Amino acid sequence: MSNSPSPIASAPGSANWLIRALRAIALLRESPVGLMGAVIITFWVLVAIFAPLIAPFDPNASLQPMAKPFTEFLPIDGKPGTFWLGTDHLGRDILSRLVWGSRAVLFYAPVATAAAYAVGIMMGLAAGYYRGWIDEVLSRIGDIILSFPVLVLYIIVIATLGASPLNIILAIVFASAPGIMRIVRGLVLDLRNRDYVAAAQTRGESAFRIMLVEILPNARGPLIVDACLRLGYVIITIGVLGFLGLGLPPPDPDWGGMINETRAMASIFPHMTVVPCVAISSLILGFNLLADGLREISLRD
Amino acid sequence: MVVPWIRDALGPRRALHAMLIFIFKRLGFMAITMLLVSAILFALLETGLTGDVATRVLGPYVSQEQRTLWREQHGYDRPVPVRYAEWVGRFLQGDFGESTRFKTPVATVLWPRLWNTAILGFWVFILMVPLSIVLGVLAGMREGSMMDRTISVISIITTSVPEFASTVLLSFIFVFSLKWLPGTSGMTSGFDWQQLVLPVMVLLLYYFGYVARMTRASMAEVMTTDYIRTAILKGIPYRDVILKHALRNALIAPFTVIMLQINFLLSGVIVVEFFFGYKGFGALLLEASLNNDVNLIEACAMISVCIAVTSQTIADIGYTYLNPRIRFS
Repeated sequence: MSNSPSPIASAPGSANWLIRALRAIALLRESPVGLMGAVIITFWVLVAIFAPLIAPFDPNASLQPMAKPFTEFLPIDGKPGTFWLGTDHLGRDILSRLVWGSRAVLFYAPVATAAAYAVGIMMGLAAGYYRGWIDEVLSRIGDIILSFPVLVLYIIVIATLGASPLNIILAIVFASAPGIMRIVRGLVLDLRNRDYVAAAQTRGESAFRIMLVEILPNARGPLIVDACLRLGYVIITIGVLGFLGLGLPPPDPDWGGMINETRAMASIFPHMTVVPCVAISSLILGFNLLADGLREISLRD
Repeated sequence: MVVPWIRDALGPRRALHAMLIFIFKRLGFMAITMLLVSAILFALLETGLTGDVATRVLGPYVSQEQRTLWREQHGYDRPVPVRYAEWVGRFLQGDFGESTRFKTPVATVLWPRLWNTAILGFWVFILMVPLSIVLGVLAGMREGSMMDRTISVISIITTSVPEFASTVLLSFIFVFSLKWLPGTSGMTSGFDWQQLVLPVMVLLLYYFGYVARMTRASMAEVMTTDYIRTAILKGIPYRDVILKHALRNALIAPFTVIMLQINFLLSGVIVVEFFFGYKGFGALLLEASLNNDVNLIEACAMISVCIAVTSQTIADIGYTYLNPRIRFS
């Protein structure tokens, strides 16, 4: 698969990144599934960016408890409005919390995934390029971490370190980096025997430069597909932790936490829990569809 | 258990030898993994690396003297390696210590809970394996067909709804709207199969898609091989080509994936048992973690890693047994 350069990366190196990005988007037309995913993700990204404009109310303000969807809000002072999706048990507007919550998930998930990739890529490059004992040690560490059922690992790490955004990111890096390392290592083992690597070695380039400049860019095709899938998993993870009460600290809205806070009332006020469930599922679906589309396109080439 | 193709290549005695060496290597690796995991766990929870043990067990509102007393009573003033060795020894004998949350030996809470989760897992697997394999084979049989596209999209959608969302959505449909099923699975008045339906359904929905997709990929690959093409061109009925020729090779890769599901399922049961109040192992682990019940956390974590590593070892040995293309090294 890594033999032929992926079409995402097939634009000439001289073209600037904007043209390349546009071409990647244009390529998505070939896969309706991938396009659908891209549309869903774009929708949520726009919602997150324009959160202050879209959200009708302050997400943490207690306005009118347990309002059903489409309830008119008529305060004594201040401007009136409508609770399109109702309010939760503390009287906070669910639509506003949903909109602001998209910021939390679309900030922490990419940051955590990028951090995991930084660590995983370094480990994978070192293991695949140097082989020998470095490979042996890193692979064994990876095997051991991956032998944990992943949620067990998260719960133990978060329960011992405490729930904070930084600890959640650390836990995600700790649990995801070995998987990324395995993929990168496999790609590097294939790429390190190429002529251009031998040429760079003959030129006397440093190992660090060869790994980052010669090998890594040629491994990006499969990594982009994996990153999309992994973003989906990280979103699930952040959601699960919120759902189990180990997530981002209140009161700022977080989709998993919204489900957990209101699930006891789901029999009477289902809108409080169902809405964030649909939101998080749609976002994960977006990343999974995009990953599937990208894989399909790269295999077709 | 000598693999036929190795026996042919190496002769019966050396083949047995190679297989045994491979199995012992895998078992040895399994033991080392368990030992290292136990060391990490011990370091995290019992050495004060992430906070004082006495504070964790007794809670934040105790005096310094009580903590010191507790530490002396439980032998925490001894050096770490001694304590670790003793701890490993106790665990190997099945003595997990006392649970501070349940005020009983850990083993008396742990084993019944594990049994309940085994029942849950059993039903998930019994339903998931045939379902996902049938769907995967149907999809991979004719790549790009309408059937393939439909099954692929359905499996992407079901794997995109995380367990915690499908617990909410399914109970919204079946418990609150249709009122067909009970919303909790506490089994307070004896075993009730109705209470098992929703937990099994949630796990099934989330996990079948992955196996189905892997089966599909494997099947699609086999369908492009020369021997299948030959079989079709020879005029063998399509049904026989699929059932007699393609399936045998197409199911090798899914076997590993199915074994891997045991590891994933150990994560899944935590969410499902927590939501439905099912008295299982996953809910126990969560409860132990939230209550800082150190002995119980350690026992649960070691058991879950043990199950995960054992299933992985079986998968590896089985895969080698099934797949002639893998080589021994």
